[in-house]
Amino acid sequence: MSSFSVTEPSNRSKWIAGFLVITYALITMIPLVWILLTGFKSPADAISYPPKVVFDPTLEGYVNLFTTRTRQTQEFLEANPPQNWADEIVRQYDMVIVGPSKFGERFMNSVIIGFGSTFLSIFLGTLAAYAFSRFKVPLKDDLLFFILSTRMMPPVAVAIPIFLMFRNLGLSDTHLGMILLYTGVNISLAVWLLKGFIDEIPREYEEAALIDGYTRFQAFYKVVLPQAATGIASTAIFCLIFAWNEYAFAVLLTSANAQTAPPFIPTIIGIGGLDWPAVAAGATIFLIPVMIFTILMRKHLLRGITFGAVRK
Amino acid sequence: MAQIVVKNVRKMFGDFTAVRESSFTIEDGEFFMLLGPSGCGKTTTLRMIAGLELPTSGEIYLDGEEISQRPPSERDIAFVFQMFALYPHMNVRKNISYPLISQGMPRAAVKAKVEEVAGILGINDILDSPVGGLSGGDRQRVALGRAIVREPKAFMMDEPLGALDAEFREHMAEELRALHDRMGATTVYVTHDQLEAMQMGDKIVVMNNAVIEQFGTPQEIYDKPATMFVADFIGSPSMNFLPFEGKVEPGSEMVRLNGHDEAVPRLMEGAEGDLVFGVRPEHVFLSDGSEYRARVLAAEYLGTTQIVTLQSPNGELKARIDAREVVNPGESVGLQFRSPAVTLFEKSTGRALRSALNDEVLSNG
Repeated sequence: MSSFSVTEPSNRSKWIAGFLVITYALITMIPLVWILLTGFKSPADAISYPPKVVFDPTLEGYVNLFTTRTRQTQEFLEANPPQNWADEIVRQYDMVIVGPSKFGERFMNSVIIGFGSTFLSIFLGTLAAYAFSRFKVPLKDDLLFFILSTRMMPPVAVAIPIFLMFRNLGLSDTHLGMILLYTGVNISLAVWLLKGFIDEIPREYEEAALIDGYTRFQAFYKVVLPQAATGIASTAIFCLIFAWNEYAFAVLLTSANAQTAPPFIPTIIGIGGLDWPAVAAGATIFLIPVMIFTILMRKHLLRGITFGAVRK
Repeated sequence: MAQIVVKNVRKMFGDFTAVRESSFTIEDGEFFMLLGPSGCGKTTTLRMIAGLELPTSGEIYLDGEEISQRPPSERDIAFVFQMFALYPHMNVRKNISYPLISQGMPRAAVKAKVEEVAGILGINDILDSPVGGLSGGDRQRVALGRAIVREPKAFMMDEPLGALDAEFREHMAEELRALHDRMGATTVYVTHDQLEAMQMGDKIVVMNNAVIEQFGTPQEIYDKPATMFVADFIGSPSMNFLPFEGKVEPGSEMVRLNGHDEAVPRLMEGAEGDLVFGVRPEHVFLSDGSEYRARVLAAEYLGTTQIVTLQSPNGELKARIDAREVVNPGESVGLQFRSPAVTLFEKSTGRALRSALNDEVLSNG
């Protein structure tokens, strides 16, 4: 047997490999776990030193995240007994809930802008990538480079021109403006990634469809698109993660109307002292949509990342 | 079923000429071979007939109708790709029925038609399998099924056996030919394998460097090559070329090869200068009486015959002789050529000189 042959790994090396993988997974998950735990701590526990791993869980952080509260006099508090469990939590600080916070709204903004720009990037990116992959486009290489150049500058460098443009176009602090902006940034990534995926799909599939009596566009969406599903899914995840987490443009270009969650969460700190549990709660909830999306796309993602490594 | 006429068709890719002005006719029901080395333009020609490429100039007639600029969907031609191009996201049944669905055929009729075609190809049992796990032969059959299911006017096949292993190729070639004979469908088949072309084709077009070198039946192409390229490309081992300098007159039946007179078919044209005496290995005999001598370099035993490599005064040549004859490397032998089968070529152009042997064939081409 040659030294290059593939043999079944021994039990011992399987154990070692498993141990290493689990250790690595745990290390990368510590910040996530810490955020999750902090969300359920009281403000005092959250900043205690040494850090508390065992503590009395409370929903205080979540209540503070979703509500606005105000301090009240003893007479008022005695006259108005707590309405529900959330009220009871804030009563210990002599406060009452006066209404919902902006978090729900900001979160919805993130959903609209994140998924909207992802959809638009993928839609335009797939069409463009197909054209670049299959047709003779004049100045193809220059155009591809030009598209990519939109990603070369840091947001700060283009923020002021974009800010001025948006103001003149009436796009400042609007959902449409942010969707267009994130699409503009993401489309280069989408075109380049998707072109790679579409390049790998043999042209014969479309040609077979053309011969079988379908038009070029039918061949594209009936034969090429299903083949590109993997690439589209993984590209969509990358686009969504960027748009979802983007902070610099969001903080500069949005305020009252279209502000997304990333610039909003830090502002919680300012409401009634350093409310770390509320920030952690916001971060936890903020993670959920991307996690769900990624899990839904997981089977595509795994193949997408290793695409091209295995000759079919 | 249909006759296909290709008339002065030319294809340029930018500055590159893929196919130079080419014309030929494929008769109704013919099994027609486009043969040539890779990059000679045969696949481009096929794709132009199918509509996957549009010719730069020229006309293509399908049953008398000019179709050269129409999209493939309007030509009613089926195409079998080298790598089969089965739709990977559909099962076998869906793949075969896909051309029918595009025509808007009712579901029940589609089902019946697919079952019928599957029956012809013997693939009923795999109709509901995904195409991913199929063997090469079954993929080939599914690809054929997708082609024949809609009863097109003609079939285009681009090296359909190229992706199969050698053992299976033979079998599939027979199956293909039998299928063709059963359906009587006009078929255009691209291959670089001269044996495949000879074995399966009714007619062969030999292409090289974007040009049609010769067009004819396998026998004509083998026995009466129009150019040195064809003579060299067809046959294994290929035709022997013995270069010589000399002059031949129209009507002469003799050439002078290194001081010996050799008989040739009566010439219809004259030539002077660098000429080539072309003779196939099976038309070279060892004969002690001959004054044209050569030295044996090697002998390959092939069972019924053997291939003897010889060093003659006009260069190396091979002879295919009976395996029972004893030849030893190093010995000197006399050579005789079967004169009616000899072709003379002009070396500079590679063109065959017209003679009693090939006059009729060359006039057609």
